[in-house]
Amino acid sequence: MNVTPLQLCLLFSSALFCIGLAGALSRSNTILVLLGVELMLNAANLNFIAFWRFSPSPAASTGVIFVIFAIAVAAAEAAVGLALVIAIYRHQKNIRLQDATQLRG
Amino acid sequence: MSSFPLLSTIVFAPWLGALVLGLLPGLSARASRIVALVFSLSTLGLTLAALGAFDPQNTNYQFAENHPWIPALNVHYHLGLDGLSLILVALTGLIAPAGLLASWRQEREPRFFGLLFLILQGAALGVFLALDFFHWFLFWELSLVPAFFLVKLWGGPDAARAAYQFVIYTIGGSAFMLLAFAAIYVATGTLDFTALAQIGADGALAENLSALGGVWPKAVFLGVFLGLAVKVPLFPFHTWLPSTYAEAPTGASMFLTGVMSKMGVYGFLRILWPLFPAQLHAAAPWLLWLALGGVVLGAFAAMRQTDLKRMVAYSSVNHVSYCLLALFAVCGASAAHSNPAAAAAALSGALLQAFNHGLSAAALFFCIGVLESRRSGHRGINDFGGVRSSAPLFAGLCGVAMFSSLGLPGLNGFVGEFLIFRGVWGLAPWAAVVACLGLFATAYFLLTFWQQVFHGPARHESTTNPFRDLRAVEVLTMAPLVVLMLVFGVMPQLLTGWFNPLVTMWARSLASP
Amino acid sequence: MNFAVQHLWVIPACPLLAAAISFSVPRQNRRVSAGIAIAAMIAAFVFSTFALRLALANPALHQTFNFGWFDVGDSRVELGWLLDPLTAVMCVMVSFVSSLIFIFSLGYLKEDANFKQFFGYLSFFAAAMLGLLVANSLLLLFICWELVGVASYLLIGFWFHKPEAAAAAKKAFITTRIGDLGFLLGLIWLYDRSGTLLFFDGGHGVLESSVLSMLAVQTTIGGLAVSTAIGLLLFCGAAGKSGQFPLHVWLPDAMEGPTPVSALIHAATMVAAGVFLMARVYPLMSADQAFASVPVHALTVVAYVGAITALMGACIAVAQNDLKRILAFSTVSQLGYMMLAIGVGSWVAAIFHLLTHAFFKALLFLGAGSVIHASHHEQDIRKLGGLRGSMRTTFVTFGIGMMALCGVPFLFSGFWSKESILHAAHEWDGSVVPFAVGLMAVVLTAFYMTRLMAETFFGRSRSAAAEHAHENSRVMTVPLVVLAVCAIALGFIGTPAWPWLQSVLTGVRIESTSIFAGGALMGVSILLVAVGIGSGWFLYGRRVRSLDTAPDALGRLAPRLFRFLAERMKFDAFYAATVGRLNSIMAILADGFDRFIIGGFVSAIGWLGELTGNINRATDENALNSGFNSVSERIRAAGKSYSRAQTGETHGYLRVLALGFVVLVILVLSGGAR
Repeated sequence: MNVTPLQLCLLFSSALFCIGLAGALSRSNTILVLLGVELMLNAANLNFIAFWRFSPSPAASTGVIFVIFAIAVAAAEAAVGLALVIAIYRHQKNIRLQDATQLRG
Repeated sequence: MSSFPLLSTIVFAPWLGALVLGLLPGLSARASRIVALVFSLSTLGLTLAALGAFDPQNTNYQFAENHPWIPALNVHYHLGLDGLSLILVALTGLIAPAGLLASWRQEREPRFFGLLFLILQGAALGVFLALDFFHWFLFWELSLVPAFFLVKLWGGPDAARAAYQFVIYTIGGSAFMLLAFAAIYVATGTLDFTALAQIGADGALAENLSALGGVWPKAVFLGVFLGLAVKVPLFPFHTWLPSTYAEAPTGASMFLTGVMSKMGVYGFLRILWPLFPAQLHAAAPWLLWLALGGVVLGAFAAMRQTDLKRMVAYSSVNHVSYCLLALFAVCGASAAHSNPAAAAAALSGALLQAFNHGLSAAALFFCIGVLESRRSGHRGINDFGGVRSSAPLFAGLCGVAMFSSLGLPGLNGFVGEFLIFRGVWGLAPWAAVVACLGLFATAYFLLTFWQQVFHGPARHESTTNPFRDLRAVEVLTMAPLVVLMLVFGVMPQLLTGWFNPLVTMWARSLASP
Repeated sequence: MNFAVQHLWVIPACPLLAAAISFSVPRQNRRVSAGIAIAAMIAAFVFSTFALRLALANPALHQTFNFGWFDVGDSRVELGWLLDPLTAVMCVMVSFVSSLIFIFSLGYLKEDANFKQFFGYLSFFAAAMLGLLVANSLLLLFICWELVGVASYLLIGFWFHKPEAAAAAKKAFITTRIGDLGFLLGLIWLYDRSGTLLFFDGGHGVLESSVLSMLAVQTTIGGLAVSTAIGLLLFCGAAGKSGQFPLHVWLPDAMEGPTPVSALIHAATMVAAGVFLMARVYPLMSADQAFASVPVHALTVVAYVGAITALMGACIAVAQNDLKRILAFSTVSQLGYMMLAIGVGSWVAAIFHLLTHAFFKALLFLGAGSVIHASHHEQDIRKLGGLRGSMRTTFVTFGIGMMALCGVPFLFSGFWSKESILHAAHEWDGSVVPFAVGLMAVVLTAFYMTRLMAETFFGRSRSAAAEHAHENSRVMTVPLVVLAVCAIALGFIGTPAWPWLQSVLTGVRIESTSIFAGGALMGVSILLVAVGIGSGWFLYGRRVRSLDTAPDALGRLAPRLFRFLAERMKFDAFYAATVGRLNSIMAILADGFDRFIIGGFVSAIGWLGELTGNINRATDENALNSGFNSVSERIRAAGKSYSRAQTGETHGYLRVLALGFVVLVILVLSGGAR
């Protein structure tokens, strides 16, 4: 069986995604859940880079631009997420995600 | 003279007065009455000025003003004066100041009252002078607004109902007329009365309308007819009239009966007849019956009224119906059996009757108003008695008005009725015979009124509170009307001279279509 | 010459001016007002005398002056003055009688508060009456005719605070108005056919042959000649004014007015206007005589109506107890005589009787006024009596008037004029009925006048008022004396021996004949007068009643007939039951028609509109709106149930997300196999 570099990259990013997902699902600490989400996001970024690198026309740097945008958005998102965490902490004196259910419909 | 817009001045002077009253909210009651009266008198003065330059022999419109207004719609600002307009404008000039004087002691908001009254006066003048349907209709409808408020705000206990009835009835009629004129506009592309009259005389109007569809000539005729018939009012469209006249304040009643009912008569002569000669001719035998119904039933219904104002209102139905009787008799006569002398007499009679009824009915309404004011709002026929003993002057003046209304020779009412009967006899003798019933009934109910109110022992009055005779301002209101009744009774040529050439031309054009 | 005719208007203008002054001066100026009125009347009398002289001096029968009034179409309505012997004689009579009555009124109304007003009305009446006489246009005549009616209305209702007077005034106006409508229709018909209303206009007037012959040959409904129809319509007016059957009912009630008014208007002048009108338009009335084929001649109708009226008036007068009512019915009866005379073709006799009647009837009424004034307004003859001694002058003059009215032969004017009427009726070839009726009325007239004299002046006084009565002042007795002289003297201007009046009126010289020319006829009528007076004296004069409550002598003989006559043959009740009721039914119908049918129709339309509105609202609210509402309600419920998935547990969301991821992977993989 002949494994191409692209497949390797995809396998890697899948692993990364699964680690992130498992972390996000299993942790009750909100910050750790956020970390998991970041991992999943980066797995996606890795895919963008891989598909760009091994695409028929890598001259146009589309993948890089996608990723740079995604990183910038993720940074902003992380900032918002952390601010939310602080707000939750102020409100309920802990950051357990299971307790933060007051926004239900 | 031709460059000075005399007719526009006549129309807009009262509105200017209304504007002045509107812009000076701090005006005292007395001052605002005087301002209203002065602007109201302007019509009379300007009409006299117009008389100086008016040439009765010229049957065209004089002092005409014709300016393009809305070119896209071919609407012109067109005013003109002929003998027919002239006597009605003169009548407005007489009745409007009298109506204001009659309301001199009206204490509630005299400024606003005068303002509405002046708007009403201007609108009526506009109707009599406008020669383009567009602004003619504006004036026609605009007259309703102040009339509505005058009746509703200053009227009797049931005024609100009467005012709504009046407005809805009249608007109902004019809505049909508006639709009809829309159709006419589509068919001819003009709204100018002179142009339309020319088209109507050629018979082209009916042709153009039938090009739109078979029913249109009849439907359009009916629409215009309805609008005018409600305004006059022609029997049986008159049911709004008694309650409105009865509930309106005295001054407004005078104006409504004296001038506004003439707007309908004017419309019949100025619009319906020239535009639809053939249709009117076809409908005339039926319409003659309606006019007779007004003459006879109006008079007999008046006999039954115990409210004096309603009684005079019904007598108005009776008197105005004479005008229409004459017109329909003229229209109904076939060209083969034309009788130009009779037609001329009937038409002259109709015009005279319009003028004379204005004078006498306004005077009678004023007299009822005086009676009402002396008895704190009571005006039943049985609420009075022996008034002649304590108020001889009032009795005398009111007596002249009453005899004028029942057509006593020597007073103005007779000449008009005589000419109408003479004309109708020559065209439809049976109608004249039936109409005699109306003459009889009129005499009967007016004399009953006189007997109940003025004769007999003094009733309902204590010795400490006798019936007060006329005040100076009331004499000032009544005396000019009475003097004119005498003058025009003895010298009808003063009136007929203005419109006789016009009427002669109408009668001739009937004979040789 | 023409100048005089042109200024004929001066005659009516004199009293008109007096009336205007009377109305405009303050109420206190009693003397000024009365003085001017009497002066104006005397001036009118002087002018009338001049006019009579002119009319007699001029060979032309009709002198006219016409002028335009106003233009209608291409034609001009013309009015005019006419001077002919008829006008002039009538003017003299009216102004003379009026002057005397004005003077009498000075005394009669001395204490009345509205004294000034009274002279104003009287002057106004005189002006209108004189205008009626000088008119050369049927239209002008009609105008004055109506004005005379108004003057009569005002004067009957002079004591307007009395309800009876007010009602009588209205009744008089309305009743004559009914006749006047006929007059008006006749007038406009005539106008329509001939194009003019002038009587004489150089050959084109309505009373001149060209127009008359045209009218007489045209026929209208029922085969009547147009001239007949017009004549009959004009006669309606005359019948109303002159109290002819069936429009006579107003005249007795008109006695509610002051007695001078009854004398002047309702005996001497105004009520004679109908007779004057018929005499004036006599050429028109007789235009159909030449045609035997027409169904009825206008004059025949006039003759019969006159005959009926003469008999009926005389019958009713027999059973009245009111002094003035008796005289009023006597007037009705005498006017019937005059109409009868016109009907049988002798308008000259009618005018002769009109003139003599004016004087002696004015005399009788003023005498009655004198009695009434002296006995404090007591006018029931049962309560009077015995005035012969206390009121000498009145008794003598009244007696002269009574004999003139009865037609006591030779000395009294009434005899000659009545003779000429009976003579004309006798010679009429139409029928003998009018003549017979005339003779019957002669008996009745003599009978009821004798009764009146006996009850009033003979016997003894039956009330305090009559007991204390004494003769009135000079201002009232002098007119009586003057009228009494005229009531005798006037007969001699028209006797067969000296037929001056007849010659003057017709313009044809009539040869004088012996006084006893109609010997047999005259004998019969003298005999009848004697019978009437004799039977009257037999029943009432021999033993005059002594108590006012005692039953009437004739009433004892024929109580039912007497009661029927006393109730005026039940005319008023009959009219109230028919015409009056019809009138109110018409009024109720008209009012009800208006209120319920048209009013109902209008409210039905309004109700229909309201109904449409209600239906519209119901549809909107129930059908359209409810559908919309229920849909949105469901959507809301659905949203609510969906929102339950929003638990707020972030892990749950993440799990769903993961599950979605897994499903996505499976889908991709299974799709990727293809």
